[in-house]
Formats: sequence, C-alpha cells, structure tokens
Amino acid sequence: MKQFDYVRPATVAEAVAAAAQPGAVYLAAGTNLLDLMKGGVSRPDRLVDVTHLGGLDQIETLADGSLRIGALVSNADLAHDANFAKSYPAVAEALLSGASAQLRNAATVGGNLLQRTRCAYFYDTASRCNKREAGSGCDAREGENRTHAVLGWSESCIATHPSDFCVPLVALDAVVEIEGKTGRREIALEELHRLPGNTPERDSALEAGDLIVAVRLPPAARGFATHARYLKVRERTSYAFAVVSAAAALRIENGKVAEARLALGGVAAKPWRARAAEDVLKGVAPTADAFQEAAWRALTDAKPSGDNAYKIELARRIVVRALTLAAAGTPARIPALPASPFASTSGAIHA
Amino acid sequence: MPELNLTSAPAHLRHGSSIGQPLTRRDGVLKVKGQATYAADNHPPGMLFAVMAVSSIARGRVTSLDVAAAKGHPGVVDVMTPDHKPELAIDPEIKTNPFVFRMEVLQSDEVRYANQPIAVVIAETLEAATEGAALLAPRYEVLPALVGLDAGESFVPPVVGVGNPTENHLGDVEAGLAAAEKQIDAIYETPPQYHNAMEPHAIVAAWDGDRLQIDMPTQGLMLSLARVAELFGIAHDKIHIRSPFLGGGFGSKGLMSGPPTLGIMAAKLVGRPVKLVLRREQMYGPVGHRAPTRQRLRIGADGEGRLTALDHHARTVSSTFDDFYEPAADASHTLYAAPAIRTAHDAVRVNTGTPLFMRAPGEATGSIALESAIDEMAWACGIDPLAFRLKNYAEVEPITGKPFSSKALRACYEQGAARFGWSKRSLQPRQMRDDAGLLVGWGMGTATFPALMFQAEARAVLRRDGSGAMEIGAHDMGQGAWTALAQIAADELGLDIDRVEFKAGSSDLPDAGIAGGSAHTATAGAAIHSAGAAVIAKLADFATTDERSPLFGAGNAGVIARDGRLIRRDDESRGESYVEILARAGVAEVEARGTGAPNPAAMEEYAMHAHGAVFAEVKVDPELGQIRVTRMVGAFAAGRIVNPHLVKSQLFGGMIWGMSFALHEEAITDRRSGRIMNANLGEYHIPVNADVPPLDVITVEEHDPHVNALGIKGVGEIGITGSAGAVANAVWHATGVRVRRFPIKIEELLTQR
Ligand SMILES: Cc1cc2nc3c(=O)[nH]c(=O)nc-3n(C[C@H](O)[C@H](O)[C@H](O)COP(=O)(O)OP(=O)(O)OC[C@H]3O[C@@H](n4cnc5c(N)ncnc54)[C@H](O)[C@@H]3O)c2cc1C
Ligand code: SF4
Repeated sequence: MKQFDYVRPATVAEAVAAAAQPGAVYLAAGTNLLDLMKGGVSRPDRLVDVTHLGGLDQIETLADGSLRIGALVSNADLAHDANFAKSYPAVAEALLSGASAQLRNAATVGGNLLQRTRCAYFYDTASRCNKREAGSGCDAREGENRTHAVLGWSESCIATHPSDFCVPLVALDAVVEIEGKTGRREIALEELHRLPGNTPERDSALEAGDLIVAVRLPPAARGFATHARYLKVRERTSYAFAVVSAAAALRIENGKVAEARLALGGVAAKPWRARAAEDVLKGVAPTADAFQEAAWRALTDAKPSGDNAYKIELARRIVVRALTLAAAGTPARIPALPASPFASTSGAIHA
Repeated sequence: MPELNLTSAPAHLRHGSSIGQPLTRRDGVLKVKGQATYAADNHPPGMLFAVMAVSSIARGRVTSLDVAAAKGHPGVVDVMTPDHKPELAIDPEIKTNPFVFRMEVLQSDEVRYANQPIAVVIAETLEAATEGAALLAPRYEVLPALVGLDAGESFVPPVVGVGNPTENHLGDVEAGLAAAEKQIDAIYETPPQYHNAMEPHAIVAAWDGDRLQIDMPTQGLMLSLARVAELFGIAHDKIHIRSPFLGGGFGSKGLMSGPPTLGIMAAKLVGRPVKLVLRREQMYGPVGHRAPTRQRLRIGADGEGRLTALDHHARTVSSTFDDFYEPAADASHTLYAAPAIRTAHDAVRVNTGTPLFMRAPGEATGSIALESAIDEMAWACGIDPLAFRLKNYAEVEPITGKPFSSKALRACYEQGAARFGWSKRSLQPRQMRDDAGLLVGWGMGTATFPALMFQAEARAVLRRDGSGAMEIGAHDMGQGAWTALAQIAADELGLDIDRVEFKAGSSDLPDAGIAGGSAHTATAGAAIHSAGAAVIAKLADFATTDERSPLFGAGNAGVIARDGRLIRRDDESRGESYVEILARAGVAEVEARGTGAPNPAAMEEYAMHAHGAVFAEVKVDPELGQIRVTRMVGAFAAGRIVNPHLVKSQLFGGMIWGMSFALHEEAITDRRSGRIMNANLGEYHIPVNADVPPLDVITVEEHDPHVNALGIKGVGEIGITGSAGAVANAVWHATGVRVRRFPIKIEELLTQR
C-alpha cells in the first residue's frame, strides 16, 4: 500500500482545511475506502479521518419539521432509531437491506452516499476504466456487464451507483449539507451524484475538500410514512447488492394518489428519480393499470448497455410491485427480510 | 506435535462403544476460543513475510519487473524472481506420478494464466512485502488469452478424473434412442467454480541446515512431504509438516501447489523462516478450481417410462500445460438402469490454472445435468419424478453389471419422500403457490458417490498405566477427524475415549493417505481398526500363553477387548485388565501397526457406492424471478455412521453446497482477458445464512460387509450430488421454466409472467 499521511482533525473547519490539498480524502468507517486502497484503486496521499469530529452523529428534528441526520450516524443506528423508522420507513428498510449487520454497524451516512461503484473493472486495476483513470477506456462496455446501467449511461462509463440508502432518500427530496472551502452550502441529493457523460472520473458534484456534514429530509417527507416501501431484487437472500431496486412512496387521499414518489436503484450512476412516473400517478386511483403505466414511463429512456436488457423489464416489474406494496400500506414492523420479495414469507428470521 | 488438549466434554459415551455416538467435536472449544493453531498462526523467531506478485495477464511473458523499486522499499529484504531464486532439485514440470501437478514456481518468465505467481517479495512486515510487490510494476508481452468452452480445437483426453476411461459404453445407444417412444436431447452448462475454503492457503517454512519445518494446511501430509522432498532434493526424514487443523480444503489443499513451494524457496533464499499467505483473490488461479462444463444428454424411454438409452457427453477444459478433466459424464454410470449407456468427454485448453478435484469432482457437475435430464424425461413421460426414478431403479450397477455391495437407495427415497410430503406434489409445474402468491416448486435428485478406499497406516500402543495411544497422520479439515477417528481408536483399543491419546495432523506419524474422495474416515478408520486389532492380539498373547493369567489357554477361543480388559469370548466372566497383563509381562507398553487399503477382490465383485435422495422446496417470485430455497430433506445411506452428529453436519454442508451450485456459485471470467472479475467473497456468491433453509437429514441404516472392515462409506461429498439437481428441478416445478445453464439467474425466469 502506498504511504500516506493520516490526520485526525478535531473540528469541521480543521477537517476542511486538512482536506484542501490535492490527494486528500476523507475517511469515515472505511468499509469502502480501505478496500479500495488495499486494491490500489484509490491511492490517496492523505487520509483525513472524520470519525472523531464532534456533533456529526446526531439525529435531530428541526423546528420546521425537517429531520437532520449527521454524516457520522451509523447505518445501523439510523435504521434502528424507532422514530426514524416510523417516519421514514422506506429509508430504514433500504438501510437494513444493505450489506451485512457488521458493515451497517460501521458504515456511516456520509460514506454510504459517497461509496464508489461496484463495477468489477473499476476494482480491477489491470482493466481499463475511465472512472478510475480518466481517458483510459471502459472495459465493462464490451465485457461482463449484466449488472450494469440501463439509464443515464454513456459510452465512457456504464457503471451504477450501488447504494440502497440513497434510493428512498432521493425519492423523498433529501438535501445534503456540505461544508467546503467557501463555507456551508446545500444541494439536493438528486444533484449530488453525476451521470458519467464524458467525465465519469467525477462521481459527484462535490469539490475537493467538500465535507458532507448532514443529510436533511424536508418536512413533506413524513407525509408518506403510511405508504412507503423499498424493494430490492438481488442474487441471494441477503448480503448482495441490488440487481435493481425501487423506493415507492405514496400520499393517498380519498382513494386517490395525491402525490407519488418513485426512485430506482442499480440502474444508473445515480439513484434514479422517476419523475415522469410520479406525474402519471398524481390524482389517479392506485390501480394496477396506473402502476403499469408508471412503470412504462419510468423506463421510457432505458436502453441496455450490454447483456442487461433484462434489467429494463425487471425494473418495470419492480416499480409495479413497489407501488403495489406502498399502496397496500407500510407494515407495522419492518419485515425480517427487509426489502426482499420474500419479506412476507413466514418463518423468515434473518435481516 | 502441537500441544493439543482436545476436550471431549460434553461426552455422550455409551459404555463399551464409542462408534455410533453423537460426540461433539473435541476440538470445538479450542476453535471457538481461537486457540486452535492454524498454519498462519505460527510465528517462529526471525520470521519474515512473503507476498506473491501475480500476473494480471492470462497469457504471454513478463518482460520487466522493477526489482530495484521493490528492494528500495523500507523493510523489503529480497525479491525472488526467475533470475534470483534457489534452484530446485528437479524440474517441477516433470510429472513423477499421477498425483503430481505442474506448478508455477518462477521457472521462467512465461505466463500461462491470470493470477500466476511471477515474483515473491520478502520483507520484515506484511505491509512492506505487500507494497514491495506492488512496486514491481510488471510489464508484459501479451498474447490473446484462450477463454471458455469454445476456446479452440477440442480433443479427447486420454483419461478423465483420476485415471477413469474417457468413454464408456453399454449396449447400443443409438438403437435405444431410435426405439424410444419419448426422447429428450438437452444441453446443460456449469460454470467455473473455486473452492474458496475459509482459510486461505498458507505456509510457514523454516530451514535449519538441511532440515525443513513446515506449517501448512494440507489434505495429504505424506503426498506433500514426498513432493517437497523431491523438489528440494532432501530426504523424507529431514522434513516435518504440521497440519493439525484446516479451515476447509475442498480438494484445493490435497496436493502440493505452487504458492507453498514458493514459501519454502523464499525461506531458503533468505535463510530465515518465511510465512506466505494467499490473499483471497490469489486463490483464483494457482491452487485449482472446478472447470466449466457443457453437457449434452440424450435420453430415450419407452411407453411405460422405462429408459431405453442414456447418452451423456461432457465438454470441459484443462489448462494449457497440464491435465485434469472433470469426469462429469461418469455420473451416468451408476444410477439409472438404462440398457444402453454411453458416456464420453472431450476438452479444450484454456489459459487458467489447472483445474482440480473440487467438492465431488465430476459427480457434482454431472449430477446436476443428469438429475435435470431425468426430471425432464419424467415430465415428458408424464410420470412423477420419484416414480420415474423407481421405475428405472438400478438393481445392479448399470455400466458394469456388478451387484452393489449394499444399496439402501429405495429406503432413502421412501423415507425422504415421506418426511418431505412428496406425495402431495402436483405433476404439472407452476401449480403451487403460497399465501403470499409466491410460486412454490418441489424437486428431487438422487445422490450418489463412490465408496472409495486409499492406503493408510496407523500405530497403536497400549501402556502399563492402562492408557492407550493411536497415531496416524490423519487430517481434520473441519469434518471432525479428531473426534470420529478417536472414537474408532477407542473402540479398537477397548478403552474409553478419554484413556486414548489420539495423535494426528503431523507428518512424523504413520501415513494416513489423503483426506479426499470422501474416503478418509473409511481408510484411516480401517488402518486404526487393524492397528488396534494387532496390538490387542499382542497383548492377548502375553495373557493366553501365561498360566498365571485367567486367560491362559484362551488362544483358540479368542478374547474381547472391552473397557480396559481382555475377556474370554466363550466365558465373559473370565478376564484380566490391560494393567495386570502388562505388569506381569514386565513391559512398559506394547505397540503394533496396521494398514487400511482397498480390497481388490471385493472391488472386482461389487460396485460400491453411497446413495441418497434429496428433496427441495423453492419459492420463486412470479414476476421478479428471485429464488429462495425454503426447505430441504436429504436421506442418505452411507454404510456405518461413526458419529451421527458429525455426519449430519457433513451432509448439511454438502446440501448447502448443492444449492450453491444450482443458484449461486460462478467465477465470472472476462472473455477477452481471461481474468476472473469476482475473485472475492463479496461477489463470488455462496449462500449466506439467510439463504439456508431448515435442512433435514435422515441417515438410513445400511450394513455393508464388503466395503471395508468397519462398513464405512464416507459422507464428505455425497451431499452436494442430488441436492444441486433437486433445487434446479424445484425451480422448474415452481416456474415451468427449465433453466439449463447454472447457476440459475433471475433473467432466465423473467420470460414468463
Ligand atoms: C461486502 C460489502 C457489501 C456491501 N453491500 C451493500 C449493499 O448491499 N447496499 C449498500 O447500499 N451498500 C453496500 N455496501 C457498501 C457500504 O454501504 C459502504 O461501504 C458504506 O456505506 C461506506 O460507509 P463508510 O462510512 O465506511 O465510508 P468510507 O469507506 O469511509 O468512505 C466512502 C467514501 O466516502 C467518502 N466520505 C465518507 N464520509 C464522507 C463525508 N462525511 N464527506 C465527504 N466524503 C465522505 C470517503 O472519502 C470515501 O470516498 C457493501 C459494502 C461491502 C464491503
Ligand atoms: S463502467 Fe465505468 S466504472 Fe466500469 S469500467 Fe467502465 S468506466 Fe470504469
């Protein structure tokens, strides 16, 4: 492993200053970053360990009814916070469907947002990868790509963003609070991750040295609590990334959908908000036909980037199912197999 | 010997006999406490760390290595390359016996597969060695890699597996097919798979002059020792290998491979002890794997559903430089009574490490295809899959016509089906749903695995203090040899297990052969049996020839050893304790050796196999295609069960591997570079706890007087056979979609709604 500096700043301001130099990266729980460093995929000159910064591990309700989640709150603590799970059940379900219990105990909110793609060619330093090394080419494009993107990809990169957490967050209009060289600012989570275009080496809209300090859910996000689900299709029952996933949230008034939120995971370089699908659901009854229509709208622009055409059909079906589940109502408890098609199978005792 | 205080508590010991008792594994507490010493836990004084640099290309030549950069890194002691290495006593390319496989130990700059070792960096710390290996920044001359089952001209290998004929014939297959009322002709594909034992391959090697101390997990102590001796040109008695525990092997630790050899070379080069441990991704290359197959099955049946012909052809691959051919089609030799059978193999050469034995080599791969095809045939005939299998039950081994030494398969079918509730199965697929609307499918498969025996020797001792010892260089890969073999030893010595010092896992003990082919308990057990009998006979000699003993003159009647005493067979009231006999004879101890070996006469006469029947239930989401196994029942007849508790665990493990074969395992190979793209346990999927349903194992009584003196058949690998097919057949029954390419993937099930 390459030699690097390790610094452990005491304050956010010190952290931002320490990370200003080129080659510096933030270290949270390291469940992604350390793997990347061991594999020679990331070769930072300086690690700025943020895990000791004070005040970033709180979950607080703000005066206007928003919820502010500190960037250092662990994935497990957030999912198991009873109030959180009650108010934002799809987010809790998504968190619990990710990785393993051990990883969730360590992984942070900020780290989850900024985890890198799982494209095998990105991890394999012997392969060409535009994201790892700008301009080197993309070995996934003609390679083993059955799990790659079907939306928003470009010839230079067909990778997906692997986070489950981000999918319901983006559906619920989450906002990211950032501390940077020029002070505090915020952007919509939807703007955080970038589509590849010609510059896949840039995953996000963050500038060098930008520190995520919190994620905020606006007051309206609570309005979906009774009809919100996350559904994740994967290749084993647990401990696998999504082949395709969807977060669906509905506000149902007088038997009609007053407002719908829909986002897809595992299909693009960012959590994919499906606004066109949301629009067709507005004001209509939550019927199977309406959900089918929404599914078609959500995938209108989809196209295979390799051996993955099936993901488009799968995504449609997942959308329909997620909407159906959401319409049926949030279960009183998060299922033992969160976000799984087998959630309702009796006797399931694993998370 | 490492200090091993194996605890047998809590012992469930029935007075007089230990065999058959469900003892908890005696090394369990040690392992749970982290006190079991695995190879990499050894840190002799002055030890250095070695890290392999491996090739990122699959074919070509290394043109440069930046050795200076690596050597310049603080802590790096030396860099071993083809130009700078201790010479071996013989060319490792020479195959001195059929159990020798070629290995890459820096003999040249040629690259034959991805992840091949191309240099070894030796340093004061693991970190320095790791960084040194990265700094080598190899450059290559790259040649196009040969990848996949169609990589080149196919050829018919001279043998498959370990010396099996490539082709076998019985009757006229074409005539049988032509005469058939119903026929199926289907092609099944299985992917490359890697053993992925939890413990990576590791070695700690220390030279002391021309003596060599090795800590290394191995399934074959003496085979490894012999290979090390010839490679380094030293006498056998100068080498000591310790391997008290393996964190799994699955066949990949059976024979000496390149990486541990490099560890020994590195230790020689620097004159200090060296530890070399593979990284997980480095296990995908130089230490064997299961080759992919493409299998064509043509089956014919008459109007009654009786087979008229069975034709099984398997295409597989081997490396470009050595030969191991997955004997997949051989699975069709023993199970179904077709009057005409043909099995055949061909192969192509690809740029991979040489494939090797892995979890029922041939049987597992062939079984999933055969059991799928039999299921397809049953459906074509409109007959329940169990009824169809019973209709075609083989009363004698089909391919040879030999009677079975024992075969309780009918009972397995019966008991397994009853426990599972098979009779309620719908014949048609896609008929069953659960309350939540998920598709439910039931499938079955027949399990089979040969009852093999290798060669082993054991040494038994009885001591004047009334204790005994049994010494055998046996291997505990996690299967429980420390316990099961000690149970046999206790019975053979007529002592409580606590009074027997059982020694294993070290090369200075008698040769126990190889822990493979599911034959270790049978083979080592037979050696223990005969050593025990021999030492008891010696002891008895003292007594029966001494007029002061109550056993005087019992020589003809014979004696029984029980509970530390010898008693007259014809008069159990007359006996004497070992202590008394040895004291009177004035000797401190008696010892004897015994061997275990196959019985050629019995093998000539009988076909010897373990059997089983596996029933699986899966649920499949009708729209989304995600699959989950929800229930499995396996009924197995495998001769005498030494320890029902351990045997159950072995069979559970096998069944889980079977479901893994059907649904999860696959090494994803880049078709251009030949690199494996998921060489880690995050993405090379094996079942996790949430995938493993309640498993139910029935061990069916079976008495076999022919396989060996103890009647043991072995249970290590049979669990995977039958299970893989049962799961695949259940997926078909749930969905009506027959997937013939394994593992079964979600996209295959999205075709139908
Ligand atoms: C085997 C395995 C399986 C997994 N399965 C899943 C899964 O199914 N679903 C899923 O969603 N995830 C999965 N994950 C990914 C896991 O969720 C992430 O590794 C984890 O969330 C990262 O959090 P961390 O705190 O460890 O981040 P780190 O690894 O410390 O950091 C990740 C990245 O974020 C940056 N970073 C971290 N915090 C901040 C901050 N506050 N501001 C700015 N930058 C920051 C780091 O510089 C780094 O680039 C899996 C991971 C593994 C190893
Ligand atoms: S898809 Fe993107 S991440 Fe993957 S190899 Fe291509 S450029 Fe790299």
